[in-house]
Amino acid sequence: MTDRSEALSRYRICDFTGQLAGAGATKWLAAFGADVIRVEDPVRQGGWDILRAMPPYVDDRRGVDFGGGFNNHNTEKRGITLNLRTERGKELLAEIVKRSDVVSENFAAGVMERFGFGYEQLKALNPEVIYVSNCGFGHTGPYARYKTWGPIVQALSGLTFTSGLPELPPAGWGYSYMDHTGGYVMAIAILLALVHRERTGEGQWVDLACTEAGLTLNGPALLDYTVNGRPTRRPGEPNSNRSSSPAMAPHGIYPARGDDDWVAIACRNDEDWRALGAVMGGAWASAAAYATLAGRLADQDQLDATLSAWTRTRDKFEVAEALQDAGVPAAAVQKPAERIDQDPNTAAWGLWPSVVHSKMGEVRVDGLPVHFSRTDWKIRRGGPCVGEHTDEVLRELLGASDDELARLREEGVL
Amino acid sequence: MSGASALQGVRVIELASERCAFAGKLLADMGADVVLVEPPGGDPSRHYAPFAGDRPDPERSLYFWHYQTSKRGITLDLEKEPGRAILSRLIEAADLVLEAEPPGRLEALGLDGAARCESQPGLIWVSLTPFGQHGPRRDEQVTDLTLLAGGGPVWSCGYDDHSIPPVRGSGNQAYHIAGHYAVLSALTAYLHRLAGGEGQYVDLNMHAAANVTTEMASYHWLVQKGTVQRQTGRHAMETITMETQTECADGRHASTGVPPRTPREFQNLYEWIVELGYEEAFPESVFLKMGGERESIDLSQIGQDDEVTAMFAAGRDAMDFIARRVPAFDFFKGAQDRGMAVGVVYSPEEAFEDEHFQARGFPVEVEHPELGRTVTYPGAPYRFEKTPWRIQRRAPLLGEHTREVLREAGLDPEADEP
Repeated sequence: MTDRSEALSRYRICDFTGQLAGAGATKWLAAFGADVIRVEDPVRQGGWDILRAMPPYVDDRRGVDFGGGFNNHNTEKRGITLNLRTERGKELLAEIVKRSDVVSENFAAGVMERFGFGYEQLKALNPEVIYVSNCGFGHTGPYARYKTWGPIVQALSGLTFTSGLPELPPAGWGYSYMDHTGGYVMAIAILLALVHRERTGEGQWVDLACTEAGLTLNGPALLDYTVNGRPTRRPGEPNSNRSSSPAMAPHGIYPARGDDDWVAIACRNDEDWRALGAVMGGAWASAAAYATLAGRLADQDQLDATLSAWTRTRDKFEVAEALQDAGVPAAAVQKPAERIDQDPNTAAWGLWPSVVHSKMGEVRVDGLPVHFSRTDWKIRRGGPCVGEHTDEVLRELLGASDDELARLREEGVL
Repeated sequence: MSGASALQGVRVIELASERCAFAGKLLADMGADVVLVEPPGGDPSRHYAPFAGDRPDPERSLYFWHYQTSKRGITLDLEKEPGRAILSRLIEAADLVLEAEPPGRLEALGLDGAARCESQPGLIWVSLTPFGQHGPRRDEQVTDLTLLAGGGPVWSCGYDDHSIPPVRGSGNQAYHIAGHYAVLSALTAYLHRLAGGEGQYVDLNMHAAANVTTEMASYHWLVQKGTVQRQTGRHAMETITMETQTECADGRHASTGVPPRTPREFQNLYEWIVELGYEEAFPESVFLKMGGERESIDLSQIGQDDEVTAMFAAGRDAMDFIARRVPAFDFFKGAQDRGMAVGVVYSPEEAFEDEHFQARGFPVEVEHPELGRTVTYPGAPYRFEKTPWRIQRRAPLLGEHTREVLREAGLDPEADEP
């Protein structure tokens, strides 16, 4: 446990999270030094977290210790197995809860109660405990029992609808944006509850509904509805490559030379527009009708067509660079290889650290987009194999002996 | 429920910017005392549409209203020495500074955040910039669109037809992503300080934040050099997958989620088809019934065992069959009530009006005394048992709290003309 960040090193998290919406939250805590102990089921070999066995893979090996996504989301954590169907398993968990600051989970509502570790039971074991639950619809309300995953959360919270182009079905988010965001919000909730406990000694339960966290990301659109009565579902909308809040034009994603290559360009104001015109040359950009934002907003289809004709024959990086040189916001739509292996910004940042996984070996993972001047994050250890730290944790926390551990294993508790 | 706030008494100075406004709101709505510092003419986002009553006015921007809740607002001219001196004085008494100024601007004004953290050891300073303070691209101009395009999310979003441009989801999500990371950073640094440590300077890179918010797109490349491809309304994957989004009878869409896999799900789906009167019309009803009567279904037999293959296909087809024949909301409720994970593609306002979010009290009323009315706002991202999220007050009018804040700092608002 050496060479870890000090920032959160005082805290122990008894962690039942999985997938990304939960595991993403405790990834942050572990990177800043918290002792995150993943508790998993030995009978299903941790299979509740389906990412354990899902692609991508570093080689031909398969199984619960080889999922690349799991490794990505669980760096710096320890992993233990406890069979909560057994009395002894429950007793051991109770002892761990007593020694933890936080219990975190993202099961469907009601699952922790069925284990016998609902909030009331947790509080009885540890009166100062912080319990943060994260599920699609929260623990109350008519849909509390409904099931979700990222795309369903996004559908319900308006985010799928607001990503798309006119006359086409919703494009949505091509990944579980709300699993990432659910993880961020969950980690924020844990930290907020820790601040309150540090200052008052009081623990609490935080009920996080991912759909509500998603809904908060539509603020101005929702106020346009409650104040002006204007719905987002209206003709011509959504048209999300354009920008109405704030209003900008031209503003879009334009074709470039090459295979599925695109470039994003945004003119924030008249000055950007004139600079774009100077880069493109020709009379088009000096047309009086386009001198003002109002004039450009009124003719966006034509603007986009003309701009596309110009970008189409050019390299996306060259277009972006020429516009950046003129002070206009522009960026190539980067493919994974381009932004990960060729972008000087992400490399200089150390954004893709290599971790050592006990079975996979050295693997690159997502790092964090911040650097702290005194207690920066460290991500060096890969995600835990199933039960990798069971003995270590039970010895360290509960003083278990070798004989005891052997017996527990024989009895199917570990 | 007590009225305590998690961040009561935590003093935050926020230099107004569209890029850190969301982070400030998250802290302020949890009880922090956030003082928003605007230039004398106001933050540019006061001019962002939409406006209350569609009347453009710096006090009526709904964008500004949303992102500045619970904050107090002052104006200071940082281009002039008295304004800088007052800001410096306010920072002396602060726990946290939140800002998104372009790299170098504050140093030029004599307000270097990293240096300030050295001279004021308890201070936490969170700086959001497009590419970090020192990176090779640090001087590039960005908007939400270009951050999401260059940072990865856009590559994964769009349509099966790749002659259509990839899509940026709306709502300024690049700022939300960075805002969440800013708050994570601020709270982590604050906990370290509460434990007896010093404050510190946090350099937040918005482009990096987008890069690590792309799920499989990044880790498929990192692990197996795989490149995901965008697909309509579903996950970008290395391979093309089955569609999961269906247009329902009312023209709205539903996400059909994961097809039925267990005997109980097949049984429920069969009963639903029967209830709707489609047992005859749906050609594969018999396979649903068979699935429901089984002890167990081994999905690894798909493609090998004809019966399992037929059942699995029937389950998927049945979901699609029903979705096309009922309104999207009925499909969502019907499936979820039968234990199947399905979503209705709501517009934001439809979600806002939904019975579940209404029952949980998601919409909240906020007083707008200047208008003599209350306004309904989106509510809590999380439910704290003891320290509830709460909008303390509507966004500040321009300079509304200048005198109050200066007086609290021991400055004479008359003499120290900001």
